[in-house]
Amino acid sequence: MKNVWTVASRDFKSYFTSPIAYILIAGFLAIMGWMFFFNLSYFNDMQNRAMEMSMSKGMSITDGIIRPLYGNMNVIFLFLVPFITMRLLAEERKNSTIQLLLTAPVTITEIIVGKFLSSFGLVLVMLALTATYPIVLFLFGNPDPGPILLSYLGTALLVGCYLSFGLFFSAMTENQIVAGALTFAFGLFFWLINWAAQSVGSTWGDVLNYLSLINHYNNFSQGVLNSTDIIFYLSFIGLGLFLTHRVLDSFRWR
Amino acid sequence: MIQVQNLTKRYGPRTAIDGLNFEVGRGEIVGFLGPNGAGKSTTMKILTGFMPASEGTATVAGFDVFDSPIDVKRNIGFLPETPPVYTEMSVEDYLRFTTRLHGLEKSKIESAVSTAIEKTVLGDVRKRLIGNLSKGYRQRVGIAQAIAHNPQVLILDEPTVGLDPKQIIEIRKLIKELAGEHTIILSTHILPEVTATCDRVIVINKGRIAAQDTLDRLTTRIQQGRIYSLAVRNLTPDGIAAIRAIPGIKAVSDSASTSESRLTVEILPEAGEVRDRITETVVSHRMGLLEFVAEKLSLEEIFLQLTTEENL
Repeated sequence: MKNVWTVASRDFKSYFTSPIAYILIAGFLAIMGWMFFFNLSYFNDMQNRAMEMSMSKGMSITDGIIRPLYGNMNVIFLFLVPFITMRLLAEERKNSTIQLLLTAPVTITEIIVGKFLSSFGLVLVMLALTATYPIVLFLFGNPDPGPILLSYLGTALLVGCYLSFGLFFSAMTENQIVAGALTFAFGLFFWLINWAAQSVGSTWGDVLNYLSLINHYNNFSQGVLNSTDIIFYLSFIGLGLFLTHRVLDSFRWR
Repeated sequence: MIQVQNLTKRYGPRTAIDGLNFEVGRGEIVGFLGPNGAGKSTTMKILTGFMPASEGTATVAGFDVFDSPIDVKRNIGFLPETPPVYTEMSVEDYLRFTTRLHGLEKSKIESAVSTAIEKTVLGDVRKRLIGNLSKGYRQRVGIAQAIAHNPQVLILDEPTVGLDPKQIIEIRKLIKELAGEHTIILSTHILPEVTATCDRVIVINKGRIAAQDTLDRLTTRIQQGRIYSLAVRNLTPDGIAAIRAIPGIKAVSDSASTSESRLTVEILPEAGEVRDRITETVVSHRMGLLEFVAEKLSLEEIFLQLTTEENL
């Protein structure tokens, strides 16, 4: 456990000693802030219109702001995760620092979990910084806290899936751009995988729907906590980390 | 400290190392010498617990590298061919990280880092980013990394490769200073390095140990097939032929210049003492003996001989 922490903290710090973390966070917050502003003013518009038409009830804050906002955040992460994970092992391989890790008294599992946690830590920092939006909503409105908290949980788990496979692709190559591109393609594919669900028949459609990363997220954003979704995400993360382990282990046989 | 028995490593059909046997005692510096692709790096990778062998056993500091790799890794400081440094870290931070990674207790880390920095003379750059340091400094950071957790065994893979001559001398001096406290295995394909630093040499070629001995003994052993160099006033073909006729002479070559002429006489290893026969012949043919020198073979030649002759 101590070794996991040693690896994780070094990688986490290295995000912040290079410009990577700052660029990612700044870009992320700029886009998120713009979206929040846009969602908020659109929601206000809709509320005013509903009042003019003297409808008793407009859209709820959850449906009008929270769900689109956090839904969009997932799309942004799809683009950002490759930049977070691509260097994790590819750079170590290129600079042969991987030899330092593999000849140090730590296990491969500890290295991989440490690497994963460092990237997950950066994502948590990014998520924490978006807490300003719900705070604003709580100050001026009365949103339902459940969907907000579950949106954060769902996003963290969903992004964890991208990260674990990002780590896997980063282990496969010395070239960071290759690792990043594969991560992006993979994330996009598993995000869109259920688009074909309707045209492949009901059994395969169910499978594809189940495999779609975004389908499981939808429950969270509706404020429904389902153990199936959590188990799905955790096993997805576990599979990515397991495959990374196989790749690193294979270095010993080359 | 290090025992290797019948160590064999195969990559598919290719045998990288084939039945290596050697031992390294506490505090010894052993040079691992061989041409590129001889199996030096493979052996080192097995010793560091990085990869398993196909056959045979190796123990380091009393631990078997296959059964307890983590214990072995804790007792080894390893400098790979390229120093494994993180360019975005400062020297200090990097060494803190590597010592922590090697399981040093928190209270001991600062003093261990300071000692390593002192030994490798990195005091001036301790707060600078490794990415901004020259190759020589990076190499020293790599060595600092290997010694910082005070391991019993140091394994250095080509520690002076790519350095300028001044840096090479510094690094060699540093390695010599480290001996005694640490048991050191150093690989190189540069011969003067072994002469400058090592107590003992293990010459490895095509995955087998071609020779292992102290430098002096290795030199004398090769000299059993001796070479004598003679300076004479005048070379006569008769004389040369007469020398060639002495039993036990392998070859005679001559070179002439305006001031003196030289004869180089190679003796077969199994021949006995032939020096008096040679002098007698030279004198009786009135060649005018000016000089008679037994040539000391440089290690470079030994090495060439060892790795080109198959029966050794």
